[in-house]
Amino acid sequence: MLPYLVAVWILCWGLYGIVSSRHLFHLVLCLGVAQAATYVLLIGVGYKSGAAAPIYADISSSTPVVDPVVQALALVDIVVEATVAALLLALAMQTQKRFGTVDPDELHSLRG
Amino acid sequence: MSRPARFWLFGAGALALAAMLVLAIVDLPGFGHYPGPYGDLIEQGGESATHATDLVTAVNFDYRAYDTLGEEFILFAAVLGIAIVLRDRRGERKRAPGAPGTEGGLVRPSAALGMVGLAMVGPLVVLGIEIAVHGHLTPGGGFQGGLPLGSAVFLAFLGGEYAAMKKVAPHAAVELGEAAGAAGYALVGLGGLLFATAFFQNFIDRGEPGRLLSAGTIPLSNIAVALEVAGAFLLLWIEFSDQALLVVPDDSGDEEG
Repeated sequence: MLPYLVAVWILCWGLYGIVSSRHLFHLVLCLGVAQAATYVLLIGVGYKSGAAAPIYADISSSTPVVDPVVQALALVDIVVEATVAALLLALAMQTQKRFGTVDPDELHSLRG
Repeated sequence: MSRPARFWLFGAGALALAAMLVLAIVDLPGFGHYPGPYGDLIEQGGESATHATDLVTAVNFDYRAYDTLGEEFILFAAVLGIAIVLRDRRGERKRAPGAPGTEGGLVRPSAALGMVGLAMVGPLVVLGIEIAVHGHLTPGGGFQGGLPLGSAVFLAFLGGEYAAMKKVAPHAAVELGEAAGAAGYALVGLGGLLFATAFFQNFIDRGEPGRLLSAGTIPLSNIAVALEVAGAFLLLWIEFSDQALLVVPDDSGDEEG
């Protein structure tokens, strides 16, 4: 139960960071924090008490292991998070160049 | 909306969200009591079916190889998007690499930093290749191995000179490497269609589990993905470095666009 609650906790703090952000770079990092909740949730869902990591390189093939599917999904999650962060940082960079500020509160309207 | 009002609204929303999530969690199987069935099926038959000892890689590059193709193209598309977002804007001035002004700050690090950076290049290349080619045996794979490979090239740039970096790894070559990696992985999938029965069917002899040459197409996929990831992240870092080092800063904030 506790790991799932930790995931909710991380998500809410990440969202708080996004809402309270005064800098677009900080905002992108907070989005990363919020997304980290999904890693905790995924890995938590796949855990089996007393099971080993799903790598049979040095354990016998009858050893119980945790779910490898959610671990593969966590990898996909990380890749997507990295690309989203990079794309958002590029947009933040252009925002700075164009409007001279990266404080979301000072960006009142989007201009084309 | 004023800042305090926004916080009150967020507080109410966040409390409601947290309450709903906690309600949903209460009905989940308890932590440590994995309900199955997919993980159990792969645990029982995964190694004998794929001959890969790392089941996470077996899932990524065999059971879910098709989805990994999508994941790879997400990365490809994102880097393309960044190149478009950071394109030269109208009226924007860019220094030529190596021109006066690109020599300060980031471009010429202290001698110690440069030495450490350059000393790390070799070990990082070896580490990246090691992680990528052993992906089907031990923790690792193309995505995890590609990053150290890309970082190694980028460290060589950071430790040396930015202008020299552009000569060693021209933009076009990095793009070609990335595209070759992306296409290579798709070709592995097509090979399954040609030499076996379905897209991404494992069509190469699977060998003996635990050996470097085993698990059929999985190591090939890992190498292709490593190339793609290294190229993609290198392109990304080059785009950002160009912005930091070559674009002439305009403090006034260009309102015209």
